[in-house]
Order: sequence, then C-alpha cells, then structure tokens
Amino acid sequence: MGPTALFALQGVGYRRGGRVVLDGLGFEIQPGSTALVGPSGAGKSTLLRLLNRLADPAAGTVRYRGRDLRELEVLGLRREVALVPQLPALLPGTVAENLAYGPSLCERGCQTARALVLAGLDESFAERSARELSVGEQQRVMLARALALEPAVLLLDEPTAALDERSRDAIECTLLDLRARLSVDLVIVTHDRAQAERLAEDQLVLEQGRLVAREVERT
Amino acid sequence: MIAAIHLTIGQVAASLALVAVAALISFWQHADLERDIGIATVRSFVQLTAVGYVIKFVFDQNQLIFVAALIAAMVVFGAFTARGRARGVPNAFWPLLFALATAAVTTLALVVGLGVFKAQARYLVPVGGMVIGNAMTAAAVTLNRLGEDVADSTAQIEATLALGATSAQAMRPILRRSLRSGMIPLIDSTKTTGLIFFPGTMVGMLLAGAAPIDAVRLQLVLLYVLLGSVAIAALMAILLAYRGFFTPAHQLRELPALSSAGARRGA
Repeated sequence: MGPTALFALQGVGYRRGGRVVLDGLGFEIQPGSTALVGPSGAGKSTLLRLLNRLADPAAGTVRYRGRDLRELEVLGLRREVALVPQLPALLPGTVAENLAYGPSLCERGCQTARALVLAGLDESFAERSARELSVGEQQRVMLARALALEPAVLLLDEPTAALDERSRDAIECTLLDLRARLSVDLVIVTHDRAQAERLAEDQLVLEQGRLVAREVERT
Repeated sequence: MIAAIHLTIGQVAASLALVAVAALISFWQHADLERDIGIATVRSFVQLTAVGYVIKFVFDQNQLIFVAALIAAMVVFGAFTARGRARGVPNAFWPLLFALATAAVTTLALVVGLGVFKAQARYLVPVGGMVIGNAMTAAAVTLNRLGEDVADSTAQIEATLALGATSAQAMRPILRRSLRSGMIPLIDSTKTTGLIFFPGTMVGMLLAGAAPIDAVRLQLVLLYVLLGSVAIAALMAILLAYRGFFTPAHQLRELPALSSAGARRGA
C-alpha cells in the first residue's frame, strides 16, 4: 500500500440478501478525484457506502489514510468523509436549517452563505423551503449540506443522474471548482464514462462487483 | 355495593341471534366473513369462559402472587399478539414484552400507591387486564407505524447518518410520528367519551345497577389510568425497538422489510 493512499481496499466483499455485490476488491484510491464507473448493479454505490461506514464489508478491510476504518470514530469519520446520496433527501424546513443540521450535531456553527456559494447557489436560497426546490436545486442543496461539514473528502453518488444537460454541466463545473479551490478529494460514482473522464483523474471500472479496468490520467 | 347480574347460559345463547344476523349479512353481501365470524364467536366463548374460571380462582384465593402470575401471563400473551402487528420491526417481541410489563407494573403500583384502588385481586385483575389490553394495542400500532416509516424513509435516514448523526438523532422525527400514532386513538376516544359512545366499564356498571355518578367516576379513573399506561407502553416499545434497525456503528441494517429500499439504494 502506498503511503499516501486515500483509501486502500483489501479483499473487500459484500453480500445483500445472499447475492454477491462486491467480490474481493483490492485496490487503492489516491488523493484527487476518482470515478467509480460501471453499469447499474456493478456495486458502485455499495462501495461508496463502505468508504464512510454506512455499511461494513462482509470480508476484507478498508483503510482511510492508512488506518482501518473500523478503528476510527464513526461519526467523526462521516463528517470528514461526507457522502452526497443519489436521491435528494432533505429535512423538512428551510435550506439554512438543512445546512446547519450537520454542524449542529457536533456543536459547530454553520457558514451557510459560504456553503451555498461553493455549491453554486445564491445566498437567497437560505430561507427557501426545502420542499419548494426543483430536483436540480435539491441536488445542489445536498451538496451544500455536505460542504457545510467542511469535509476533507466528498463521496458523490451519481450527482447528476436526475438532471438535464444544463444542470449537469453546472454541477460538473461546481465540482471541478471545489477540487481546484478547496483541494477536497472527490470519489464520484457515475455510469457515464464521458462524465468520469471530465471529472476524474482516476477511473475504476466495476462490473458485477469486480474491478475490471482502471484508467489513470496522472501527469 | 353493586348488585350482581346473573345471566343463564340460555340468555347468553339468545344473544347468538345477533351473531346470526352478522353471518347472514356477510353471506348476503358475499363479504366472505362467515367463517371468521364463526371462529370469533367460538374463540370468544372459550377464551372468556376459561378466563372467567381463572379469575374466579384468583379472586377466591385473593393472594397477590396469583394476581402477579395472571398479569405476567397476560403480558406475555399480549407481547406475542402485538408482535404479529409489528412484523416490520426486528425482534419486536422483547421490546413489546418489556413495554407491556413496565406499563402494567408502573400503572398498578401508582393506582395502589395513590389510594385509588386497594391492593386486592378484585381490583388489580380487571384494571391490569384493561391496562395491558390497551397498552398492547398502542404498542402494536406504534411499532407497526415504526416499521412502515423506516421502510419508507431509508434514504432520509441514511442521508442523516451520513451527516454524522447518531441512529437516535436520525430516527427522532420517525419516533415522534410513531409515538403519536400509538397514542392518538385513545386520546381521541377519551375526548369523545360520553358524547359519541359510552365506555365499557361505565356501561357494565350501569347494567349492574350502580349509581350513574359512581359509574362515571370509576370510568374517569380508568380512562386516566389508561392514558398513562398507553403512553408508557408506546414510549418503551419504540425506544427499545428502533435499536433493532441499527448496528452499534450507527448503520441501518440490511433487513428483509427494507429490501425494496435497499434495491433503491442501487448496488
């Protein structure tokens, strides 16, 4: 294992209802931006959930910056390695209340305006009701909510799956900007190879729970 | 002292005419409930007759050990019955057992301690039965709603966990809704009591010849006792049961009831 690996997987397996979802995965994810690519059912989303311990592998180990995830305090890990799920799932209330929720759990203040701007939203969104937002706006608020935690790593599960082309391009610009301005490490799940090429330096191709190809674009 | 009513077995049999009416309506309207009506009639006869003899024995003995044994049996049976309504909740039996036991013990201890009833079998057995019956219904409704809400809200729960929330924090809105579901029916029926329906105890006392004011006072005591016991049972059941959905690492477990939600998570 390289000393700088962001995540290192060794023999990682996962089953759901007796079905093998991940099968003996062993590879490293380096700091930077990485895309997990593959068709539906390849195990991409499940793998993402293992990286911030929303689930644990049935076999093998996952290391984060050299330490077994199970040795780390799980709630702190989830704030440092923040996941933006595929389906928007905002809490009832305003956008500002949604953004403040995560920091309030660890008694931190929330830089609402900063998080909104980073996610490509106007500050005026803060007082809008979460229920009144379009899907694209909800997706951005989900991103802002994760950014309010000031994470070191962002895990993004199909961040543009439900969006039209224009909204997709805008989110992609936001993610590239985040990477450039904040040096946040990104792990992005997508079924779109072209999007993976646009957003990621590393592309890991999964099929039926196995790593079948890897494309690295490092200079 | 209330005059006892003595009914002959013939009078009980005469009331079966109304059961026949129910069966005829079902047959006429093709409701396909004749068999269930028959089973309900036979079971109610057998169960109530049997429990009547058990209660007679406990009353005759008038020892608290027999009262405690009868209450314990009702708690266990109530937890088994309620478990059937809470199939979406993993290992629901133990939370239900603990909830019903706590509701029964706390409520009976309070009513005796406050001097509302004497610590005698003829008070503790019927009050205990009512407490456990109502607590069972409330706990079952609460856990039924809990199971449905968790299955419908896996995305919301996991999104909240992903922000660093504990399982208790992630479940707070769902627990609140489930608790309300369990308590609202009794609260509503308490609000409308006397206006829309006469509760059973009051009806029983009036039929037995008690003074209306005495019947009302006893009914009020029982309604207030039931409100407390239902709240205790619903709260205990939900606080113990929700943990079954999570691992110690605040992860939502993969459960059969959540399988459809699991599929929505993607692979």
